[in-house]
Amino acid sequence: MADLLAMTALEAHEAMVAGELSAAEYAEAWAAAAAGDDLNAYLWRADGDDGGAIAVERPSIAPIAVKDIFCTEGVPTTAGSRILEGYRPPYTSTAVRRLLEAGAPILGKTNMDEFAMGSSNENSAYEPVLNPWDRGRVPGGSSGGSAAVVAGALAPWAIGTDTGGSIRQPAALCGIVGLKPTYGAISRYGMIAFASSLDQCGPLTRDVRDAALLLGILQGGDPCDSTSVGIEGGVRLPDREDLSGLRFGVPNDIADQVFDAGVREVFEATLATIERLGGEIAEVSLPHAEHGISAYYVIAPAEASSNLARYDGVRYGMRADGAGDVTEMYEETRAQGFGAEVKRRIMLGTYALSSGYYEAYYGQAQKVRTKIAADFSTAFGAVDFVITPTSPSVAFGLGEKTDDPLAMYMNDFFTVPMSLAGIPAISIPAGLAQPEGGGPDLPVGFQIAAPAFAEQKLLDAAHALEQAIGFDVQSPRSGAPYPPMSGIKRTGSGGDGDG
Amino acid sequence: MIERAQVLHVAKLARLGLSDEEVETMAGELSGILEHVDRIAALDLDGVEPTSHVVELENVLRADVPHESLSQDVALASAPDPVDGAFRVPSPRAEG
Repeated sequence: MADLLAMTALEAHEAMVAGELSAAEYAEAWAAAAAGDDLNAYLWRADGDDGGAIAVERPSIAPIAVKDIFCTEGVPTTAGSRILEGYRPPYTSTAVRRLLEAGAPILGKTNMDEFAMGSSNENSAYEPVLNPWDRGRVPGGSSGGSAAVVAGALAPWAIGTDTGGSIRQPAALCGIVGLKPTYGAISRYGMIAFASSLDQCGPLTRDVRDAALLLGILQGGDPCDSTSVGIEGGVRLPDREDLSGLRFGVPNDIADQVFDAGVREVFEATLATIERLGGEIAEVSLPHAEHGISAYYVIAPAEASSNLARYDGVRYGMRADGAGDVTEMYEETRAQGFGAEVKRRIMLGTYALSSGYYEAYYGQAQKVRTKIAADFSTAFGAVDFVITPTSPSVAFGLGEKTDDPLAMYMNDFFTVPMSLAGIPAISIPAGLAQPEGGGPDLPVGFQIAAPAFAEQKLLDAAHALEQAIGFDVQSPRSGAPYPPMSGIKRTGSGGDGDG
Repeated sequence: MIERAQVLHVAKLARLGLSDEEVETMAGELSGILEHVDRIAALDLDGVEPTSHVVELENVLRADVPHESLSQDVALASAPDPVDGAFRVPSPRAEG
């Protein structure tokens, strides 16, 4: 059984296709593992007793965990919100339909920050997910459940969504691979909308090859999403082993940015690994990237305030009782149904779009977006990739940042610029570092961004780098207090040899 | 700085009920966030085209042919108060 869970999704797929692995036995092993969820990572499991069922005729792909933002016919879909408690959509999102058609059974729906707004999973209406590396810490967000199930061996792989870093940041904090594809690579149909010009579905996996396999299944144009175009030529499994001839651009102001010393050490060690593989490190200038957070926290809330207008207690979801007139019913339903962060973003977005402020905020933010995209275009004239840490810190403690919204938003500092530019970016685990406040070492993510629709090149390079880093993908088993340290170079200031 | 009256005005636009306590904390939190956001106000971006979307697509059309969609029953199944094939809501004007 343990051996079944040790396989990557790709290895399992190849074994199933070769007839060496029983799909039923494999799926059962994972269902049993998922049933042992002690991280609050699943909001719904397929083998539960609530009647929802997702059948796959001939499973040949590893079962998958799906962020609870993807509408799935007949299956509870809450987007982590009280306002959608008990909602069972009448249709299935294109991403989930593609998985089912490929032969991947759905293991369950994963916990998340409410409407994907958050970087710690503490904004879920259903209690936060715990980080499998240290249960006193957050898994990141908003796809925290999807990251935790992969890192905690409760699912072989998962899908999530990324609006400003919501796949990459939790992947980094949980020590797995997370890919935000180019905007338009995967259909958004049936994916509950947060900020429509930024939202993108993507894989959370143990390694880069699994991410490639999953992206290949998910990508493609869809008549139901007029902004989806797919990836021309599809995706093949990466097998590159070196980085010769490739140029990696480091933002020239990175030394001025505020991030943990341990993260910095791992980042610098990874630069050395790139050079050892024949890659070249260069400096690039992204002068507007530092304004990414400001632009993002205007654009995303503005779009959210419009998208979330649909939750009004009329067509689906909860309705507050006892309201006098219809306006009062709207106001009371939304007051009871939404959590604090969602209310904050609706207020921020409504303010930014209101008469007299529109140009100063929304108009200006859209112009910053143009400049950030132009910065990347210029950079990609000189380098193949732009590289940064994924997150300024390793996983932080539960409750540590909940009182300071702005401090929480700064978690997205390195990931937001790529979202605004619409370009693909991947986070791979690059090593371990000690948290600033002390404690056992935790995973550090390394972000690689590429030009729009250059996913193949991105995956090829990430695969080569991942092989050289040799991060232990045999992640912390659910139930074990800490992961094995074997084979991982200790960084950070710790080194006091606990064990 | 966002004043209490502005919070109440925006909440009304957003059809969002807020408790007195939420109005207070919202005023402070929004002010803090906007102070950070205001850094982009100082940038000289005259003549820069705004980006509303990153994929350059125009007039994506599909064939104008009828196709199946959700039945009335299915569309109403998740409604809090469906009646006679419609969504019922409280009156626009409060009674009494």
